[in-house]
Amino acid sequence: MSNATGWYIVLLSGVGCYALKLAGYVMPARWFEHSRLRRLIELMPVALLAALIVVQAVASGRHYDWNAARLAGVAVAAIAVWRKAPFIVVVILAATTAALLRAI
Amino acid sequence: MAFGAASVAAGFTPAQSSVSSLLTFTGGSQFAIAGVIAGGGTAAAALGSGFLLGARNTLYAVRLQSLLDARGWMRPIAALLTIDESTAMALGQSQPRLSRLAFWWTAGAVYLFWNIATLVGALGAQALGDPKRFGLDAAVPAAFLALVAPRLRAGALPRRVALAGGLIAVLLIPLTPPGVPVLAACAALVVATDARVLRSLRRSR
Repeated sequence: MSNATGWYIVLLSGVGCYALKLAGYVMPARWFEHSRLRRLIELMPVALLAALIVVQAVASGRHYDWNAARLAGVAVAAIAVWRKAPFIVVVILAATTAALLRAI
Repeated sequence: MAFGAASVAAGFTPAQSSVSSLLTFTGGSQFAIAGVIAGGGTAAAALGSGFLLGARNTLYAVRLQSLLDARGWMRPIAALLTIDESTAMALGQSQPRLSRLAFWWTAGAVYLFWNIATLVGALGAQALGDPKRFGLDAAVPAAFLALVAPRLRAGALPRRVALAGGLIAVLLIPLTPPGVPVLAACAALVVATDARVLRSLRRSR
């Protein structure tokens, strides 16, 4: 990725995500009362995050990449999440597991 | 720190990573954009994922609109600081005065910490070299897992949506350009909400 592309993505994402936040303050609240729209927006993160987890865990570009160390890290993270560990603990456990498995 | 490191690993500079945290300031979207780019996705696919994830902040803002009663120049600042954490703290209070207090203090603390951590993570990742040696490729999906978990505990519908979204993504990996599987997962969502709406319509008849 070129430096210019990087800036273009960063600035556009900043403007867009800010506009999404501001929209909720300046638009009439009743525009968002439609239950289907609400449910759609509320469930959006679930679908996207689930897809991102899978893609990050097993894909490399257009190919499957079943990397044992990474998968072990994600599995440890899943257990930590299940045990309701804090965000930072989950992330550190996953990274440490993968790094240790690669070091040995 | 995890975002700064993931962002640099995806090919962004530390300066770009920091500007992202200063301006975008919504972790899920930032992680999603870095993730899609790192996976070889286009800028459009990355931004699309980021915006779809950021749309929940619009709903937060709608709920905070009357609660915070932010006027004048406070309103654009309140908008920037409208994220999961500040909204949850504000909505968790019993009085409007406490809600406002909780919102501004939580938002301020998270803004400060998130931006310092981004810079430290970005510079650290740049100095350390190969991110895989430090298990960063496992840390990013782990971060997403931690972000989605509270939503999965909310009920059966989010769990079904997550399952369908994950399944669609895994099947599309070899068939579509990078970034598309993540966007296509939203199709699962439309189907899921449709089924539910149809059922409730039938019941009310």
